[in-house]
Amino acid sequence: MGNQPVLEVTDLTTQFDTLDGMVHAVNDVSFTLNRGEFLGVVGESGSGKSVTMMSLLRLIPMPPGEIVAGRALYDERDLLNIELDELRTIRGAKIGFIFQDPMTSLNPVLTVGFQIEETLKIHQHLPTEDRRARAKELLELVGIPSPEQRLKSFPHELSGGMRQRVMIAVALACSPQVLIADEPTTALDVTIQAQIIELVKDLREKFGTAVIWITHDLGVVAGLADRVIVMYGGQIVEEALVRELYASPQHPYTSGLLGSLPRLDQKGTELVTIKGQPPSLYQFPDSCSFAPRCPYAFERCHEQRPPLLQISPTRKAACWWDVDTGSPRSGV
Amino acid sequence: MASERRDEILVEVKGLKKHFPITGGLLKRQVGAVKAVDGVTFDIVRGHTLGLVGESGSGKSTIGRVILQLDQATEGSVTFDDVDLTRTKGEKLRKIRPRMQMVFQDPHASLNPRMTVSSIIGEPLKEHRAAKRAEKRERIDELLSLVGLESSHANRYPHEFSGGQRQRIGIARALALNPEFIICDEPIAALDVSIQSQVVNLLEDLQDQLGLTYLFISHDLSMVRHIADRVAVLYLGRIMEMADVDSIYTEPKHPYTKALLSAVPVPDPEVESGRKRIILEGDIPSPADPPPGCPFNTRCPIAQQQCVDEVPEWRELSSGRWVACHFAE
Repeated sequence: MGNQPVLEVTDLTTQFDTLDGMVHAVNDVSFTLNRGEFLGVVGESGSGKSVTMMSLLRLIPMPPGEIVAGRALYDERDLLNIELDELRTIRGAKIGFIFQDPMTSLNPVLTVGFQIEETLKIHQHLPTEDRRARAKELLELVGIPSPEQRLKSFPHELSGGMRQRVMIAVALACSPQVLIADEPTTALDVTIQAQIIELVKDLREKFGTAVIWITHDLGVVAGLADRVIVMYGGQIVEEALVRELYASPQHPYTSGLLGSLPRLDQKGTELVTIKGQPPSLYQFPDSCSFAPRCPYAFERCHEQRPPLLQISPTRKAACWWDVDTGSPRSGV
Repeated sequence: MASERRDEILVEVKGLKKHFPITGGLLKRQVGAVKAVDGVTFDIVRGHTLGLVGESGSGKSTIGRVILQLDQATEGSVTFDDVDLTRTKGEKLRKIRPRMQMVFQDPHASLNPRMTVSSIIGEPLKEHRAAKRAEKRERIDELLSLVGLESSHANRYPHEFSGGQRQRIGIARALALNPEFIICDEPIAALDVSIQSQVVNLLEDLQDQLGLTYLFISHDLSMVRHIADRVAVLYLGRIMEMADVDSIYTEPKHPYTKALLSAVPVPDPEVESGRKRIILEGDIPSPADPPPGCPFNTRCPIAQQQCVDEVPEWRELSSGRWVACHFAE
């Protein structure tokens, strides 16, 4: 996998101005997605993983949302600054998006065929017959039986797994270069989740699409991703190649999260827990957001927010503590 | 179950069925039935945890509700401490109810937003025990500290708490009447990953302290391996396989159990890269129109004609290992 970046995000900051105060949903998030790469983004609810990705395509409701700062370079254009008309030619065509809940993201009063063809009509201006043929081809591609008839079905006539397949078909309709999948299997049963994961793996091999897969499930990305980003409190706290991350997590949050997971393949002893609660996003993080729950936290953690530090050629962590030496990180 | 015969069985479920009628037409005549639970048999030993796993629509929650007599069984019996609950009514049943409690899935929906924590936890006490005010107050404090909350929390409302804390309130309410048996219906499904382990550890601690018996209903197979002593795997309202937890996970006998376990991702890239997945075709059939014979025959990789013609017998392969498959051995 060449390290040619296809998407470069720098210092993305998104806030929501709500009645209860300013919500700091995403703070200084920077990452790159390489061509054909599978990037896993892991975090709990409220960690900012979805808002980050939605911000890239300016899909967050504005107001109350506001992208305060940052750049998102795609194809030498800054997605956060180009005209909306230009952005529309990228959304869906060059960057596909799969949402979590296939029931709410498909239109219930339009047929599946119409919804797939709509994308093709807008972005590729294909004539009617070609659109129909392509839509059928896409349904076949995502493994829907008797695609011809299914084109005429409405979303409620399909099961959850089938609907998610339709969503994938819509997202892939224009052969995008980047596919962003926001918890695409969370609403599905495990046997159906396994089907969808296999499907995405296959499709990626076929088309070399770069994928960003957002999830709260460290298990799902373990078998899928090349690289993983861990988010907490609206920030990236760790970034590493998939094997490195699971073998030797560098951020206490990552190791806490891994320790708190029961394993299917092992009879574990007591689960390690991360004490306390996830942070409130109403406060701007001046200090490390994880410090109140962190077993290693020391003075500096409560005073200064650690930036995402490059700790090896492939790894980054936002932590003042060095787990390898068991002492505060030196030279930073 | 020869090895467990010595232990005391607290809950015994026999041939339990729950069919919900489908009505249609002008006269609302019954035109069919959703066979949510279609003949399940199992028992739970006092002090143990039975994990009940299955995908959505497999009937796990319905079994829980029927055991507690929140829904009436269509057929079969539920015996709790030698009393057949399906034949018990009125005051006699009401006397038994405090001994069995439930922790619900969604701590947002199962706590009344207009009641304070102390009135939520105190309600069962008011209903079933004629406790004096001071006694009640004391008991509430005791319960709060038991589940890791503070007595200062008593006068707050549910919305002031996070999901994990709310689930603790739900657990405190379930514990209020000193139950022997608690049904945990997906108690962690709505919680964040880092909070799930907190709640599960709490449930385990409480079991040790109070000698509780659990029916742990969940679709999270990794967590069930962690918490359960025995596991029953449910599919379309029937149990496909039941055994002690290690046997099920290391040596599954039923093709559905095998596929289900292989589908669960393991948070370890090294392990994941070497795993073989059994991908099941298609979806779970509708419980209103289950396939003839073995309910799993439409998706089973080893299905034969026999599986369509005959319902597999629920048989004991070896001591304590039960399976419903013609070909399991």
